[in-house]
Amino acid sequence: MQENRHHALIEFSHISKIYEMGESEVYAVNNVSFQIQKGEFVAIVGQSGSGKSTCMNIIGALDVPTLGEYFLDGQEISGFDDDELADIRGKMLGFVFQQYNLIAKLDVYENVELPLIYASVPEKQRRERVMQSLERVGLKDRVHHMPNQLSGGQQQRVSIARALAGNPSVILADEPTGALDSNTGKEVLAFFKELHREGNTIVLITHDNGIAAQAPRVLRLADGRLVDDCSGAQFRDRLRTLQMEEAPT
Amino acid sequence: MKLTQAFAMAWKSMSQSKMRSFLTMLGIIIGVAAVIVLVSLVGGFSADLSSSFESMGTTNLSVMLMGRGGSTVMEPDEMMALKEQHSDLLSLCSPEVSVSATLKHGTASMTATVTGGSEDYHLLNGYTLAQGRAVAYADLSARSKVAVIGSYVAQELFDAGQAVGQTLKINGDSYTVVGVFEELGDSSESSADNVVVIPYTTAQRLGRSARITSYTLSATSTDTVEAAIELLESTLYEKTGNEDYYHVSSVSQMLDTVNELTGTLTLVLVGIAGISLLVGGIGIMNIMLVSVTERTREIGIRKSLGGKRRDILRQFVIEAAVTSAVGGVVGIVLGIIAAYVIGSLLSMTVVISGTAVLIAFSVSVGIGILFGYSPAAKASKLNPIEALHYE
Ligand SMILES: Nc1ncnc2c1ncn2[C@@H]1O[C@H](COP(=O)(O)OP(=O)(O)OP(=O)(O)O)[C@@H](O)[C@H]1O
Ligand SMILES: [Mg+2]
Repeated sequence: MQENRHHALIEFSHISKIYEMGESEVYAVNNVSFQIQKGEFVAIVGQSGSGKSTCMNIIGALDVPTLGEYFLDGQEISGFDDDELADIRGKMLGFVFQQYNLIAKLDVYENVELPLIYASVPEKQRRERVMQSLERVGLKDRVHHMPNQLSGGQQQRVSIARALAGNPSVILADEPTGALDSNTGKEVLAFFKELHREGNTIVLITHDNGIAAQAPRVLRLADGRLVDDCSGAQFRDRLRTLQMEEAPT
Repeated sequence: MKLTQAFAMAWKSMSQSKMRSFLTMLGIIIGVAAVIVLVSLVGGFSADLSSSFESMGTTNLSVMLMGRGGSTVMEPDEMMALKEQHSDLLSLCSPEVSVSATLKHGTASMTATVTGGSEDYHLLNGYTLAQGRAVAYADLSARSKVAVIGSYVAQELFDAGQAVGQTLKINGDSYTVVGVFEELGDSSESSADNVVVIPYTTAQRLGRSARITSYTLSATSTDTVEAAIELLESTLYEKTGNEDYYHVSSVSQMLDTVNELTGTLTLVLVGIAGISLLVGGIGIMNIMLVSVTERTREIGIRKSLGGKRRDILRQFVIEAAVTSAVGGVVGIVLGIIAAYVIGSLLSMTVVISGTAVLIAFSVSVGIGILFGYSPAAKASKLNPIEALHYE
């Protein structure tokens, strides 16, 4: 992607996602606006049902908003159809899911290769990029293992390698530590910090305030509304206040 | 995504669940094998029939006379005269008188059908001489006791190559063997080589019947067959005034009828076997639908990684097509093997038709695409978010 200094990488402008539930309407996301610049590491935090996954689906071009405009690298994509969105996902976004979401019958190499196949990258380049990203996550020696032959942490690293392989503009991680024990979770988080230092843009979604506080910037959602947009340090301060009101998980 | 990639993916996913793929293919395998077996056996049967008809000569005409009281409808001389008169239409003519008789030479003896014919008989029936001569025109009026024998008779009664000039007893009468035919079939009892030909005049006496009821003639070419039939029919009608007293038929007519019959038979049998292909197709559709449901999450993952509708559609359609194509190939191989096994057990000729193999293969691929399409379309339209959260 060519760099454009005149716009943010991600821009939400009065985004709402409304679900019709019979008679009533549910605002999963309610009039949210923010910008994320290239190279930022942002955590989106909030309690269960606050609208984090809905936000992430919109950012990740998996879903389109009901109201508002979403600019990804200056392009308004809320009117895109299925295939155009798929194209955007393949070229600009790298997903890391809570459940890893590796394809069980493909080996490590093939899993990482998949987004490159969909992006029609030629075979020779694919090989290079797959090996590079596997090396980057330290799993170069597990190339032909099947997902079920790896530990949870290793599987999550494979899914990170898969997200990295396509050289995406944004890495989107939905509860990436959710399925891991706390030590492995810390390792994965440290790895995201490293990727951030290398210049990657990272959006991390978590319900865990402690994890969110480690990100340089935190967006907090409550009931579909953006209630906080602050630095990690500021968020830690606010946490103390919050802790008095509600026990964090 | 490139097509080769899609094939690689389809192959991979198939080979990873071998048992299921095999069961999916089973309907196609059985259907294709059944089609191949049936087509090969019926093909062999009709090739056998055709070749036995063709060995009689496709220009041959046969005249059957049902008689009118005790008198012959048309005497051999009259028939010969008709042939001479219409030499533009008719070229050969022989009465046919068959008598079952006991043959003896020295101590060896056998039963055979002795046929009386004219000097044209061997030409009409495709015999060529290995040794000696055929029945001659002069033998007819002289009622000579001469015989021309087939290779099976020669082999059964005489020392190799020693038959010509020897005496052959037919129902006790002595005949001189004047010629031996070249092998026409396989020199077995049931082949055309088990034959003794004598002048028809002599045969009339041997069979103690003066009436000639059967003639074989030959049209000058395949183009004159129709005209020759008309000529014979009108001549016979003039003589008898009744269509029931005679019947004229041609080998090419019979051949057409037989080909038509075996063609219909093939269609009917293939139609029945085709039902099995249809069932096979439904089996594929069923398994593909199950597989789409099972792989909902995989489809969600693929979509989140940039897989477009057409990528997913193509993957599943190719998977169905590859499955049924492999089933088709297995079915073709099994069908060919089974056809030969059945053919040798029932001693039937087997003719493997390249066209049938090609059609069977294309039909099975077609069925895969046809029945794989709707599950694939269903897969391609899945919502990525819902698919990703499918348990
Ligand atoms: N497909 C849907 N249909 C109707 N309501 C929905 C749908 N998806 C989400 N919602 C509602 O929108 C709200 C936000 O949901 P969302 O999944 O974004 O929350 P979340 O912050 O990711 O929660 P969690 O931490 O539990 O994953 C919830 O109240 C949810 O019930
Ligand atoms: Mg969620």
